[in-house]
Amino acid sequence: MSQAIQSEGPAAEFTRPLLLTPGADRAGWLAAKAGRAALLLVAGASVVAVLLIFFFIAREAIPFFQERGLGEAASSTHWYPEDATAPQFGMLALIYGSVSVTVGALILAVPLGILAAVVLSDIVPFAVRQCVKPVIELLAAIPSVAFGVFAVKVLAPLMQERLGLPTGTNALNASFVLALMATPTIVSVAEDSIWAVGRELREASYACGATRAETLLKVVLPAAHNGVIAAIVLGMMRAIGETMLVWMASGNACQVPAPWWDLSQSVRTLTATVAGEMGETARGSLHYHSLFAVALVLLVFSLGLNLLTERLLSKARKSAGAHA
Amino acid sequence: MITRGLAVTLAAAFVVLGVTAYWAQAQTTRPSMPPAAAASAPAPKAAPMDKAALQIDGSTTVGPIAVEFVEAFKKLHPDVTITCKQTGSGDGAAALIDGRCQIATMSRFMKPEEFKSAVEKGEMPVAHAIAMDGVCMIVHPSNPVKALTIAQVHDIYTGKIANWKELGGMDAPIVVVSRDTSSGTYETFTHFVMGKDKLFDKVEYVNANPQAHARVSTTAGAIGYVGLGFVDTKVKALPIDGVMPSRKTVQAGTYPMTRPLFLFTNGYPKLGSVEHAFCTFYLTEQGQKIIEAKGFVPVTSY
Repeated sequence: MSQAIQSEGPAAEFTRPLLLTPGADRAGWLAAKAGRAALLLVAGASVVAVLLIFFFIAREAIPFFQERGLGEAASSTHWYPEDATAPQFGMLALIYGSVSVTVGALILAVPLGILAAVVLSDIVPFAVRQCVKPVIELLAAIPSVAFGVFAVKVLAPLMQERLGLPTGTNALNASFVLALMATPTIVSVAEDSIWAVGRELREASYACGATRAETLLKVVLPAAHNGVIAAIVLGMMRAIGETMLVWMASGNACQVPAPWWDLSQSVRTLTATVAGEMGETARGSLHYHSLFAVALVLLVFSLGLNLLTERLLSKARKSAGAHA
Repeated sequence: MITRGLAVTLAAAFVVLGVTAYWAQAQTTRPSMPPAAAASAPAPKAAPMDKAALQIDGSTTVGPIAVEFVEAFKKLHPDVTITCKQTGSGDGAAALIDGRCQIATMSRFMKPEEFKSAVEKGEMPVAHAIAMDGVCMIVHPSNPVKALTIAQVHDIYTGKIANWKELGGMDAPIVVVSRDTSSGTYETFTHFVMGKDKLFDKVEYVNANPQAHARVSTTAGAIGYVGLGFVDTKVKALPIDGVMPSRKTVQAGTYPMTRPLFLFTNGYPKLGSVEHAFCTFYLTEQGQKIIEAKGFVPVTSY
């Protein structure tokens, strides 16, 4: 240490001139500018990527809307794109499938995920948390195809035998396995934010005479709501965008079931339609463009959901600020 | 400072978007393809036998045969590099037309629009029928139903027959399983069974033969269809119109749901080239044995 200081003698500090030459000044200014521009480019790259994805999908979807308009897609449940004489492109059943499977998954995954996050951060001993959390996060690394195999080979026969359902690949199966897949994401993100609330708030709450339940429900969770909502949004995006799993688990029947809330019937999602049909369509055909239209609907849907939750989030933030 | 940075970024984004949009526009308005594809497209390159590279792309039904062909082929011609993709008949046709592969494997014949875009690029696709495939109706082994007619299968898939007891079986709803609407198997099935009628909306879709097999073998009330090669003891194949699907009936064409499987090349391959050897491999004894081992039926008896 002391040697290092000695080796840079006082003389060393004066090897650079005190006044910069105009050239060096300009070079330094340029370097700062270039650095700033490069950083902005990197930051802008993701924005550009999103714009480009939107652009390319829209470019391939527009011929479909030009030829068939919006009305049929938004009003009909009949999706028969390959029919030789009169193809039909009603997307309602597909939208219903995506929504029902996602909502079903959230109903299962959100309470489970948030409860698990609270348990991990506040209830079990620290050592247990340190062991359990990595395992839960490992669950998030399991590829969706593996979940799909589980859904088809294990869950579907089980549902048929135990629940007496005629078919085991249905909306319930897909929701359940999607919930299984989204839960680790929710737990991990929510737990981080609940953990980050910190000791002081908790101790202050206890000092005011609150019980542990009151502290958790009225102090810790409201304080961590930003992260908890972010966790739910991430889980939802995972569920609505998931493809392989729902393609395997949901049965892909293109229908709105007779009572619309009947989850024991099979449904088809937007994602599964694109994935399942893209491989064998002739490029440039109406069916090909219709699949891009489906992708566009999905993209608009998830963007809308994202914006909506963002809006809710900022509202919640404001009301939380008003309370404080 | 920040606003100026933002402006720079936005300008950059617009330049990028503009350039891509221009490129995209150019691509859609120009009838011919981008220069890279156009350069590689001009018709069958006569690849010399040694050190040649062969790209194969296409159907997931014909894929298993092609993969085995490639394995056998490599032993005979160790210097030839062959890559074999299984993306789907439509993708195979698109790849052949774009010059991304020399051989497309297809479980259906090329569609008129695919032919059209090939001809517009000065290419002439040639079909090589290499094997026969029978589409079999399968049910759970415990199902007491012994035979079906095409008309009955038609009524099951349009929802007119919804319970097995209407066919003399148990009192259970029929779980109707179909392949995805873009698969070659689906097209063959609808061609032979559905005619102009649509499948009703409770039909479930699976995206591969093994999955159809898995759904039917684990569901007591299910009916589905797979290629002859995927019928085993875990499912029961039913005779259709009195003809049991088998190698004999499929080869003879007496089984009602029989289709040929194809390789497509761009023009007839130059004699002596690697493509030619590959496209005639199905005629050799080894090729026919491979086709039989995969559960399909050779076009000719040897």
